[in-house]
Amino acid sequence: MNRRQLLAGTALALGLSTGLGTVALADDPLRVGFVYIGPVGDQGWTFIHDQARQTAEAHFEGRIETSFVESVPYGADAERVMTQMALSGIDMIFATTFGYGPDVNAVAARFPDVAFEHATGFMQEEPNVSLYNARFYEGRAVIGHIAGRMTETNTVGYIASFPIPEVVMGINSAFLHARAANPDVQFRVVWVYSWFDPAQEAAAAEALIEQGADVIMQHTDSTGAIRIAQERGVLAFGQAADMSAAAPDVHLTAIINQWAPYYIERIQARLDGEWEARDTWYGIGEGMVGMAPLHARIPDDVRAEAEGMIAEIAAGDYHPFTGPINRQDGTPWLAEGEVAPDGDLLGMGFYVEGMTGEIPD
Amino acid sequence: MLRLERRPQPSRTWVWAAPVLAVVLTMLAGGVLFAALGKDPVAAIRLIFWDPLFSQQFAAFSRPQLLVKAAPLILIAIGLAIGFRANIWNIGAEGQYIIGALCAAAVALAFFPAGPVDARFLGLEFTMDSAPSRWWLFPLMIAAGAAGGFVWAMIPAILKTRFNTNEILVSLLLVYVAEKLLAAAALGWLRNPEGAGFPGSRNLSRFPEAANLELIPNTGMHWGVVAAIIAVIFGYILLHRHMLGFQVQLAGQAPRAARFAGVAPARLVIFCLGLSGLMAGMAGMFEVTGPARMITIDFNAGYGFVAIIVAFLGRLHPVGIVLAGFLMALTYIGGELAQFTLGLPSAAIQVFQGMLLFFLLALDMLSNYRIRLTAREVTP
Repeated sequence: MNRRQLLAGTALALGLSTGLGTVALADDPLRVGFVYIGPVGDQGWTFIHDQARQTAEAHFEGRIETSFVESVPYGADAERVMTQMALSGIDMIFATTFGYGPDVNAVAARFPDVAFEHATGFMQEEPNVSLYNARFYEGRAVIGHIAGRMTETNTVGYIASFPIPEVVMGINSAFLHARAANPDVQFRVVWVYSWFDPAQEAAAAEALIEQGADVIMQHTDSTGAIRIAQERGVLAFGQAADMSAAAPDVHLTAIINQWAPYYIERIQARLDGEWEARDTWYGIGEGMVGMAPLHARIPDDVRAEAEGMIAEIAAGDYHPFTGPINRQDGTPWLAEGEVAPDGDLLGMGFYVEGMTGEIPD
Repeated sequence: MLRLERRPQPSRTWVWAAPVLAVVLTMLAGGVLFAALGKDPVAAIRLIFWDPLFSQQFAAFSRPQLLVKAAPLILIAIGLAIGFRANIWNIGAEGQYIIGALCAAAVALAFFPAGPVDARFLGLEFTMDSAPSRWWLFPLMIAAGAAGGFVWAMIPAILKTRFNTNEILVSLLLVYVAEKLLAAAALGWLRNPEGAGFPGSRNLSRFPEAANLELIPNTGMHWGVVAAIIAVIFGYILLHRHMLGFQVQLAGQAPRAARFAGVAPARLVIFCLGLSGLMAGMAGMFEVTGPARMITIDFNAGYGFVAIIVAFLGRLHPVGIVLAGFLMALTYIGGELAQFTLGLPSAAIQVFQGMLLFFLLALDMLSNYRIRLTAREVTP
């Protein structure tokens, strides 16, 4: 490197640093970064987070500036992306999957002035790490009830992703309410070991239909299964987003993840200087879990029951896990009238009584 | 008209000029792509290639990160390159990387905890209590990682030598098997019993005897980087100063001649697949105990596949692989900056990385052929 190049380099570096230095003035918008596990076009988990990001950005009309990095794996990559965001002057970071837990906390320790919001995780080791999650099981109770009332073969097919508490909780909630509506109903569960694999989800749906299922539920993110349901004329429910476009005739409703109200609430708190770490678990009542429009083919009485259940849950009058509930092995879990403690739900590793099959280990 | 004429000898100039030109062409074509997406191409290229290295804001952090990102790529690519030179195609380094990491993590967790584990351990200071330090645990884990990768690579190797199956297909398909084993481990036998039911193993970086930490703070230098450096030296000596390296190259360029020269093809297949599997397994070990911290459902982040690009970009030469490894690492780190600074989609960054390989392979032609302008009537 000769002297001229050195000078040019220094001048450029100075120019860069002064250019960037102006970013952090008081009137500048709050900068909010989002880290996604999948691509924004996945039509499922990441897509719906990104919709919420856009809603929040539109809501604040220039008072915030959002940015995101998509398809970021857990571990070193996530840690690096969040560190670079913090270094670039981003004030608030939403890390939108549970696997980012250790990374969020490691970066939060180094950047105490940055507010971290970590979705669906459990690690909260730093004072600037908030957790948020949705009570998806409330939505599962509603679709469980509809499924129980509408199945003719008394067999409901359930496409599950991974045997983790979140998924087990969903199966139990749907099953309890299907059984309450129809004592003869059986659940068949297929574990696909993936959150997003259209081909495998479709194959699972085919297999479940072959085994007699006439209602398909899924805890995976693609439209692979619901398209098969449409083709084969069996009923189905969407996941994460309204998937009725993929299955207009059989899409009874969907459990919709509605992150925008929470994002707006938390960004507002940060703008007001009142942001504090919390552990949030919102449901239908707070608007974090929504239901897609109920399909016209749902009979009026079932529709009324479902709507009643949604209203009761929203009002806080009904908790989907209210005793008496026994575990699969017959041992009591919740006594008459007892409501499940959140801790039990978040660590749920067992099926409720009446479920057949085993949770794979 | 243009005519291609085979060179009697590959051009030495072009062998080394092609990668440089490929980078330049990638910048130009990438700039066009970014402009077509409505982003400032100059800013994007600067964010990708300049800022991680020289910007005041990021460089202090991202320079060490280059080492962290490049080390596993280089370590795996060196092993692959040796096989590729002999026309033995291990496409399944990703699977060997996973199995290596699983074996190493299993060994570490078998000896957990017994010894000081600091729950608030953040990377710099930890105290070794009175419990005697089990210094042998980390080397044992390295051996387990290497053995895991080796054994996983032996499956395509033995199937090839015994039944003449295609090692490309077998090694690739074994990646998907390894991924299922990884998910099973993260959910089952390696799951953290204190992890609130979430999948994933214990945090190995908080288990001092098993942790692969920065050897010098804020340099990114960890044992995996040391291993990569050793691998580069080892690869260079093997390929350029050793009889085995000569046999590898001979087998690749003239298999019949190699056979006459006494090279046993079966033994070479075992050696090349075994060595590359071993190195990929070690890379997995260093990653899971350090930067990745733990086994998770999708712990593998594609290093095994990207290393194939690195091996070719580096001309299957150890020194070239080092440069290529850093270049790929740079496009990752800079690509992330470009994503959140300019709003570039990650797919655009992937296209950009793909272009790099595309241009390189296209320009490769120039090292073996020369372009001649000839009058039309010369064509027969």
